[in-house]
Amino acid sequence: MRSIRRRRAVLGTTALLSVTALLTACGGSDDDATSQDSASAGTPSGSITVLTWRTDLVKDGTFDKYVTAFKAKYPDVKDVKVEGITDYEGEVKTRMSTDDYGDVLAIVGSVKPQQFQQFFEPLGDTAEMSKTYRWLNDKSYEGKAYGIPVVGNVQGIVYNKKVFEQAGITEFPTTPDAFIADLQAIKDKVPGTDPLYTNYKDSWPVSAWEYYRGIPSADPDYVNEMTTWDAPWADGHDHEVIDGLLFDVASKKLIEADPTTTNWEQSKQLLGTGKIGTMLLGSWAIPQMQAAAVAAGNSADDIGYMPFPAQKDGKFHATAGGDYNLAINIHSDNKVTARAWIDWFNNDSGYSESQVGLSPLIDGAVPAALKDFTDQAELITPNPAPAGKESLFSDIDTASGIILTDAGYRKKIIDDARSGKRTKQQVFDDLNKAWAKGRAEAGS
Amino acid sequence: MANVTGVVPTPAKNAGDVRSRAARLIKPGGTRGGRRRSLTPYLFLVIPVGLLVLLTYVPVANMFFYSITDWDGLDKTKNVIGFDNYVSVFTEPDNLRVFVVSLYYFAGSFVQMALALYFATLLSFKVRFKNLWKGFLFFPYLINGVAIGLIFLNFVKPGGGLDSTLMALGLDSLVKQWTGDPDVINYTLAGVSVWRYMGLNFVMFLGAIQSVPRDIYEAADLDGATRWHQFRHIILPSIRPIVGLSFILAISGSLSVFEIPYIMTGGANGSETFVIRTVRMAFVNNKVGLASAMAVVLLIIVLLVTWLQRRLVPDEEVDIV
Repeated sequence: MRSIRRRRAVLGTTALLSVTALLTACGGSDDDATSQDSASAGTPSGSITVLTWRTDLVKDGTFDKYVTAFKAKYPDVKDVKVEGITDYEGEVKTRMSTDDYGDVLAIVGSVKPQQFQQFFEPLGDTAEMSKTYRWLNDKSYEGKAYGIPVVGNVQGIVYNKKVFEQAGITEFPTTPDAFIADLQAIKDKVPGTDPLYTNYKDSWPVSAWEYYRGIPSADPDYVNEMTTWDAPWADGHDHEVIDGLLFDVASKKLIEADPTTTNWEQSKQLLGTGKIGTMLLGSWAIPQMQAAAVAAGNSADDIGYMPFPAQKDGKFHATAGGDYNLAINIHSDNKVTARAWIDWFNNDSGYSESQVGLSPLIDGAVPAALKDFTDQAELITPNPAPAGKESLFSDIDTASGIILTDAGYRKKIIDDARSGKRTKQQVFDDLNKAWAKGRAEAGS
Repeated sequence: MANVTGVVPTPAKNAGDVRSRAARLIKPGGTRGGRRRSLTPYLFLVIPVGLLVLLTYVPVANMFFYSITDWDGLDKTKNVIGFDNYVSVFTEPDNLRVFVVSLYYFAGSFVQMALALYFATLLSFKVRFKNLWKGFLFFPYLINGVAIGLIFLNFVKPGGGLDSTLMALGLDSLVKQWTGDPDVINYTLAGVSVWRYMGLNFVMFLGAIQSVPRDIYEAADLDGATRWHQFRHIILPSIRPIVGLSFILAISGSLSVFEIPYIMTGGANGSETFVIRTVRMAFVNNKVGLASAMAVVLLIIVLLVTWLQRRLVPDEEVDIV
């Protein structure tokens, strides 16, 4: 029995080692990034690699057309290699610990502003570039812009117009309570339809609720002010309004019956066929929902987009902001061409129109599907953090352990609301406590 | 036995002339051949040990280092902060709550061992289509964990296979939200885990049972022992070390549950396990330092449990006569 005895210890530890190896596999080289000459001079030539999160557009050949058009404009360019990455955030973050993360890539969410200069080539002065581009503030640090958004999204609610008609709703709700009453009307009058679908299982649609911050208060400085409060989940602040709405719809059973088994692809079709009333997603979702409605034999006109149910001074508001921002790898050896790709993509590719989004160019056109929405709701562009405090918000967020942009804490709100194990006040108290702790630790 | 060292293969052990011929062949080389011979095993070892060091020990050493830093997984600088990460592993209530979830899987592992023992005993006697049943029972263990997660996701979803089966049997009252109900979810997931790993336990038990010489059963039969007596006094004592091993695997296994709940729920709705939390800490919350500390803690717990078990249940010479 000796051999068994020895194997026992080995078995236990190897199971563990494989877990730990998973964690440590992402360690990286610590070499210092040396900044090279700027990317503005020279003629685009040679070849570059572009990393993209739009695997669907790589597969359906859209990117091939982009590359052909780009090469037609710059005949010296030999090749543009497009790499579509499914788990974009996770994989690119890991690759960024090496030097090899493409020439052009979109800035992943986990990079903090003060880390931009370690990884990306500065594209120019934010003030100067703001004359041409919108929403540069997100990815700027100390007056330099490191990324340009490919498309602008507005934040509202995508809904099925027919369901609203059947429930007898004729006007956009102006308060969260009115919205809940409308959802209740859908539940009562349109049997078999989930009034609101959270897409809980897929997580990221739940995290999209975060981007309503700044809407109820109509305050472009909301995020900056949040760093000065110990209790953002109180006093009618936006987080209390947004997460309060989430808690209420979940506790009143106005969401899908079993959130743990939702399915994103299926949800598009369910919304298109009127089995779902509303989903809280950015305007980028509109074309996908319309396509699903058409595929299911309904009309693209069934899909509507309405503002978040809160008004300030009798007006709806909606935040507008950049989607992913394109940036240049600081280790790239063809920065000229990389820069040319970014400029071409924003000016000539027609990407933003095809995505029913706002153009990143200041004088860009508003797509037809958003016209109604932008007529009703006033757009707010969040202000940048004051100088020296660029990373304060994300530092507090990390230290608090809440991680506002991750679905985790909102999924817990849904769990608590459904099970009734904790009241809304208890949930908010905990969040406020965590936020206050984060503020203390981040040294604000 | 002898060839492990990889020297000169001497297949015919008993043939004296072969051996002497081999000795003659080596002789002219003298000491040089001897040195080469003494180096050979190490040369063979260089590649596997090198790979082991590169892919296991270096990453683990790195992990120990990360666990005392505040690294976010991305930044070029890593600040050493001492044992703060270890303190928060044991002081933050959310980090402790995940251990409670492990208890469901730990309890499940006893069900699993009982079932495995039952089937192993049953199939060690004369049964028709014995190998077919063995195949059925072991099969789930061969399926990829991700596939199992997806299969059961569809099986337990509302209106899925489980609900339809219950309704077909007229047991409508038992239909539940198997993963939607926070009071049920961990039983569901532990059940899937039992389904998957029972086959492994079963094969281990069966192997141990079959190593018992057949004549002992015959002798017991002659003495008029029933099947229960045979189980109690022959089978159980002879597989004690294997049961002990299963117990250890159950503890470490229930602490490091990962893929089934991760695929099925992503740790939502109160089903978060220690490893899911570790992974989330590292890749979502960007606290690689804390996550590394959690991994180290898990490693230490498992080593501790193994050591304790060996202390409490020392291996005895099996004596069933």
